[in-house]
Amino acid sequence: MNSAVIVFPGSNCDRDIATALEEVTGRKPAMVWHRDSELPDGTDFIALPGGFSYGDYLRSGAMAARSPIMRAVKDAAGRGVPVIGICNGFQVLTETGLLPGALMRNAGLSFVCRPVRLKVENSQSLFTAAYDAGEEVVFPVAHHDGNYQADEDTLDRLESEGRVAFRYQEAVNGSARNIAGILNDAGNVLGLMPHPERVVEPAHGGLDGRRLFEGLLETVA
Amino acid sequence: MKTRVFITLKPGVLDPQGKAIHHALEGLGFAGVNDVRAGKLIELDLADGTEDAAIEDMCRKLLANTVIENFRIEKLEDA
Repeated sequence: MNSAVIVFPGSNCDRDIATALEEVTGRKPAMVWHRDSELPDGTDFIALPGGFSYGDYLRSGAMAARSPIMRAVKDAAGRGVPVIGICNGFQVLTETGLLPGALMRNAGLSFVCRPVRLKVENSQSLFTAAYDAGEEVVFPVAHHDGNYQADEDTLDRLESEGRVAFRYQEAVNGSARNIAGILNDAGNVLGLMPHPERVVEPAHGGLDGRRLFEGLLETVA
Repeated sequence: MKTRVFITLKPGVLDPQGKAIHHALEGLGFAGVNDVRAGKLIELDLADGTEDAAIEDMCRKLLANTVIENFRIEKLEDA
């Protein structure tokens, strides 16, 4: 699997995801700068990392979504290349329109930083094939703007089409219907606030995130 | 040409910041505050003759997230 990690000014989980991908796939991902306009040839997986791109100016993810590389990411997503956006990466995906809805300030106004319990709602996707349907996993969250909101029609559609990939099993940030992660309609773009890349090695205190990348490797490679 | 863009949350969209401001005002003893909604003001200095359509385009493409926000454009008379 030839992965690319997009690096924006203010990304701070780019090395975490790169380490996780190298650990699982055995290959170092290409680190692609936001000013680049093309992805490396043969890229078959793209990760938008967590962090605070452009200092969250205007809205979280708003500036990053308009950077030159995102045109190439959109094109690749349109061709079916799997794209994951974690935390700030999820915010960037909603701002580009690759995923519906928006991520607003946490309902409690506090930055939330702790492990949370999630339910795997869809275990058929490219990203969740290694999980059992309904399985509970624990991923850490670390965000201020993770409150997922969309209009009722959009939420109903996400639910009925099986596009809610992960759901919080506890109150975290006020997200509509406790949504933690969603898929696009083609199923090749996943955005989620929790950090699977922070639970891939025993020293992390958990391995629940590792299977996301292992499952992906199996479906992509 | 000085232009102001007011960005507000759509009605019905939860506004945690507005809520917090509301609570703080009540904490300071101000009575009679029914509701608070927080928004943004962006001031643009535009070349004369910039078309309205172009300003709206700026709002839709970047300044506002129309999933959750409305915008209003106000052109200021030259001072």
